[in-house]
Amino acid sequence: MPHPDRRVVLAGLGATLAAPRLARAAAIRDGAGREVPVPGKVERIFPAGPPAAILIYTLAPDLLIGWPRANRPEEREFLLPGIGDRPEIGRITGRGNSANLEAVLQAKPDLIIDSGSTGRTYVELAERVQQQTGIPYALLDGRFDQTPASYRILGQLTGRSERAETLARWCEDSFATIRGRIAAISPSKRPSVYYARGPRGLETGLGGSINVETLSFLGSRNAAADTPGSGLAQVSLEQVLAWNPDVIVTIDLAFAESVRSDPNWAGVKAVREGRVHLSPKLPFGWVDFPPSVNRAIGLWWLAKLLYPAQFPEDIRKLARDFHTLFYQVTPSEAQLDRVLAGRG
Amino acid sequence: MTSSLRGNLIALLLLALAVLAAFALGRFPVAPRDLGRLLWSLATGEPSGLPSQIETVVWNIRGPRIIAAILCGSALAIAGCAFQGLFRNPLVSPDILGASSGAALGAVIGIYLSLGLFGIQFAAFVGGLAAVGAVYAVGSTIRRGDPVLVLVLTGVVVGSLLGAGIGLVKYWADPYNQLPAMTFWLLGSLAGTARPDLIPLLGPVLIGAVILLALRWRMNVMSLPEEEARALGLATGPLRLAIVAAATLVTAASVAAAGIIGWVGLVVPHLARFLVGPDFGRLLPTAALLGGGYLLAIDTLARTAAPVETPLGILTAVIGTPFFIWLLASARGGWS
Repeated sequence: MPHPDRRVVLAGLGATLAAPRLARAAAIRDGAGREVPVPGKVERIFPAGPPAAILIYTLAPDLLIGWPRANRPEEREFLLPGIGDRPEIGRITGRGNSANLEAVLQAKPDLIIDSGSTGRTYVELAERVQQQTGIPYALLDGRFDQTPASYRILGQLTGRSERAETLARWCEDSFATIRGRIAAISPSKRPSVYYARGPRGLETGLGGSINVETLSFLGSRNAAADTPGSGLAQVSLEQVLAWNPDVIVTIDLAFAESVRSDPNWAGVKAVREGRVHLSPKLPFGWVDFPPSVNRAIGLWWLAKLLYPAQFPEDIRKLARDFHTLFYQVTPSEAQLDRVLAGRG
Repeated sequence: MTSSLRGNLIALLLLALAVLAAFALGRFPVAPRDLGRLLWSLATGEPSGLPSQIETVVWNIRGPRIIAAILCGSALAIAGCAFQGLFRNPLVSPDILGASSGAALGAVIGIYLSLGLFGIQFAAFVGGLAAVGAVYAVGSTIRRGDPVLVLVLTGVVVGSLLGAGIGLVKYWADPYNQLPAMTFWLLGSLAGTARPDLIPLLGPVLIGAVILLALRWRMNVMSLPEEEARALGLATGPLRLAIVAAATLVTAASVAAAGIIGWVGLVVPHLARFLVGPDFGRLLPTAALLGGGYLLAIDTLARTAAPVETPLGILTAVIGTPFFIWLLASARGGWS
């Protein structure tokens, strides 16, 4: 391995607090605690899945080779021209890859990044792909509160620590502000929330699921939280009536439109009080999928819905600032209207 | 009392018990007294004076779901009887000719194309009919060998091709939104059944059931070996088509409404034969009652056991298998 110039590496790391690992400057620890060699130059990054693609785009859009799935025209409007329309390159997920490893090599990446579970399956997948291709493969922890740490690791790997620090700080400041205000609200005053998916609104995320991470972060009582599990599940309408949630958050347009006039749902408190909210999803979902940094603005949106008195901020301004900083495109008023209406 | 009457009484009693339990149980607490008042108000037309939420739970949520469970269970059971008799094989279930896999492919394509609820149910129904239609068309162009065997083999082969199609659509699907919906659909569930869902289920099931009942005597002859049936002057070809069409109609409608629910169509016919013997005139009503009651009991468990739904396909297998093994071991009578 070529020995990198020590001063350059020190400068790159100086902005971060990774001091204990300075001695091994040629490698850093990724989100799963693996040692990943820092490439000498990074000009092309292959994202292993959608969350990683969004993370890379927000930090260093020019380095992103392509998208796991091509973006739709209405999503591209909110992304940098020439980057939002980069080609579809599939994903790396172990068995049933939609990206062929030879195709990955042909894309000539300097680095492969995955963001998501850091469980054993994904650690071993990263090791194997790294050995087979000889390309450094970093695994970042996709949990929402780990976003700042993921930015810092990615910043070190790509030599873009300055911007990584800016984005990480934005997230940390948001987290701190929101946590601080919610801590002052007594738990009994926090609303219970039912998270509805599917056209009937009868799919929901269990307490430990990545789908409702931001709801848990906000200290709201997830109606389905007392059921153990970390995935999605179906529930009956009767159960929703029994839970009688204060607020319903949904990502499904058809459900959001029908629920307000459906007599069967009329008895639910959230429906009676007009607290059914359709999540924005442009260019990426604000609440649920893909589980990446796009949920950071969703956190503010949810905080305002759940605790209107404590969060007087203007969501339009927040959304405009977030888009400008993270996606580097400032949406117009008309575009913001579409985003906030939850259209996809 | 004849054995047939006794068998039907037992089946009817079980079904009635299942209906009572299904109305009384659920995640939303409804007191038995309130249930009584609701029934009283239904009978007399007087207002029940209960909160509208309780009426909603009982009449709009539990009611349609109970009817759907009975219809689906009955449909699968009589289709199982018909296919087992037609193919003279006790191991046959209603999906033998690809009705379930065709319906599943239709449904996952519907989910993939983001169709509405009725679009998905319709796509599943059409998929089931089209799959069996294709199997029948291919099977009847092959003139060599036993026609029944050719049909079954074609069904198995086409079924695995449809399975590959389902896999392909799942592979294409959006993993965050569409894939979970497909998984839920394929596991089978009646969660979210509402009144409008009942019409596309009830129509085909009634039509198919009436055709099968009308053909009950001929179906008895069809369970004889092919040569004997022909010797008795039966046009086996058209009759086979009619039975397959009717059984497919009820299977496709129930799979379209509830997703893939294995097991009921395989085992309930055996239970019914155990009670009333192999004659189709007696077998079909008993199987319908038993199948309806069984699936209703399972569905009641599926929606009450935990705050989140348990998939029906899983429950039918987990509960049904030990029960069936026990029955096999303890039965004294024959099974044919």
